[in-house]
Amino acid sequence: MELLQRILVRPFAEMFGAPDFLMQVIWEGLVSGILYALIALGFVLIFRASRIFNFAQGIMVVFAALTLVGLHAMGLPAWVAFAGTLAVMFGLAVAIERLVLRPLIGQPDIVLFMATIGITLILVGSGEIIFGGENKVMIARELGIPSGSVELNPFGGFMLLEARDITVVAGAVAMVLGLLAFLNYSRMGRAIRALGDDHQAAVSVGISLSAIWVLVWFVAGIIALMTGIAWGSRAGVSFALEIIALKALPVLMLGGLESITGAIVGGLLIGVLEKLFEIYWGQPLLGGSTEAWFAYVLALIVLLFRPQGLFGERIIERV
Amino acid sequence: MLYRTAGQFKTSYRADQALFPLRQDAILLGVILALAWVVFPLTASEFAYQTLLIPVLIYALAALGLNLLTGYAGQLSLGTGAFMGVGAYACYKLITLFPELNLVVAVLLSGLFSAGVGVLFGLPSLRIKGFYLAIATLAAQFFLVWLFEKWGWLYNDNASGAIQVPNVEMFGIWVAGPLATSTAQYYFVLGIVTFLTVVAINLTRGAAGRTWKAVRDMDIAAELIGINLMKAKLHAFAVSSYIVGVAGALFVFMWRGAAEPNLFDIDLSFRVLFIAIIGGLGSILGNYLGAILIVALPVLLNTVPDLFGIAIKSATVEHVNVIIVGCLIILFLILEPHGLARLWQLVREKLILWPFPH
Repeated sequence: MELLQRILVRPFAEMFGAPDFLMQVIWEGLVSGILYALIALGFVLIFRASRIFNFAQGIMVVFAALTLVGLHAMGLPAWVAFAGTLAVMFGLAVAIERLVLRPLIGQPDIVLFMATIGITLILVGSGEIIFGGENKVMIARELGIPSGSVELNPFGGFMLLEARDITVVAGAVAMVLGLLAFLNYSRMGRAIRALGDDHQAAVSVGISLSAIWVLVWFVAGIIALMTGIAWGSRAGVSFALEIIALKALPVLMLGGLESITGAIVGGLLIGVLEKLFEIYWGQPLLGGSTEAWFAYVLALIVLLFRPQGLFGERIIERV
Repeated sequence: MLYRTAGQFKTSYRADQALFPLRQDAILLGVILALAWVVFPLTASEFAYQTLLIPVLIYALAALGLNLLTGYAGQLSLGTGAFMGVGAYACYKLITLFPELNLVVAVLLSGLFSAGVGVLFGLPSLRIKGFYLAIATLAAQFFLVWLFEKWGWLYNDNASGAIQVPNVEMFGIWVAGPLATSTAQYYFVLGIVTFLTVVAINLTRGAAGRTWKAVRDMDIAAELIGINLMKAKLHAFAVSSYIVGVAGALFVFMWRGAAEPNLFDIDLSFRVLFIAIIGGLGSILGNYLGAILIVALPVLLNTVPDLFGIAIKSATVEHVNVIIVGCLIILFLILEPHGLARLWQLVREKLILWPFPH
């Protein structure tokens, strides 16, 4: 009885007792949720265009952030370093397409997935050798991301919004809108969607497979760079980011592998719910750090009822 | 010439399906077993035991467990490390609760716990397939490692949060803990690995293996010909997690000597997965070849440059090792998706035909 009361009643009493703190928790959850959503977006883009489950998206975030910081440390001005990083990500996309994906065209999905694990390892190793493994500070100020914070007073309480978080949210929203516009209205974006719908039909009307693959990997690289900047300015740049980036996987499961809406909704949902669970249930009842697994277990439970995720395409199987 | 098959006639289906249709295969295996059981223990140094022989056997066993699930039954799992952890913690609890228990029994029992947990996390495989399932197994990975850290009962609430292998005696010989000699530990591991390999080979040759392969190749078709998918998949999860759990118990008791929760993190899962991929999915031999490669590679990278008088920092070696493993995976997938085991098959076919090309 006592336990049930602690699980079912007390957390909600706490929530309504201090609504300003609840709002703070939700805000924190939203910000990290947006970052999960951004990483998941990179996955979805590549998955739609090439049916490749790109395990390397997480390490691409780290690699992009490391390159940016590393180039700046070499004495380049921030915006030149930014452009340089974009060039590196483009080179990476070309190299991956040319050296890994093209020889593997037509192989089963699982082979391509494992190839992206190989890419992950290569990026981890070379990132460590080139830039070193220690934690670095993101050049947030040089890139024009404001610091400081805004104070709000909802319900007569107190809430603190970091200015850089607001920038991150605004930037992410702008990027998602830009991406959607690109996919829906530009020639190349429509080519990407065509490839996602039907590979052979798309190729037969003259869409170049390899050019589109380079393009999606480059766009995924840009998303990775943005995510890296956003996350790096919150927590510093280190390889620990890669594990956090794995959180995008349950986001994908929840949202469905093909859906951009799913990635965004799933990301926000997981970000908020895992924060709420950690604060109101995890820390008092389970000893904390439940964020390590909550997203995965939540996604697992949802999948038991909807195997294709919330927004995924219905799976129809035929023999 | 060495593999000439002339004169070996098979007069029945039974003979054709025998474990060793070719006499040379049996002889080769005999040579390998003699090497492993007699020659290596007589010649190996402490360094060779600790950096090569024992880890190769343990990793090969873990990869074998994963391979039954991924290579034979077609269910990709990314949670191997956590299941190894379940085996290790179960063995630790058994040994500390019942100190008079024989260690062989304890190790073999601890696999049952990980089999149970494996079946539990295998349940989603009935509804979820492919990549979705792979991510679902990550839930096991992260949840279990968290549990190892938070559940004090598992490590007897000691302050360090790590498990420390006690001294365990068997028939008057120390086999685990600081007092044990490497030779005793090697024989212990070798005995269990040999036993489980024989079991696995026969499982995959029998009805269970054929059922798994049918599920792997197309599960709906398998269901239509009357295979109970739920039973087949859960059976695969149970057997696979059992072997992985035993490998985990050996990993801590016979090799590491102590373990903290992050020893079983996702890196371990991936290392075992790479061994299975590079060795060859859907093959028993491949696990050994893959384990030899993955375990020996860092050792080679550490020692070979020294011979040429080039000094490389050990951190750099580690990173170069990571890059090489990554390149190897991609290279294998492009050149030989069936791994090292397939390479050996090709060599064997060439040897049988040699010296005539056709």
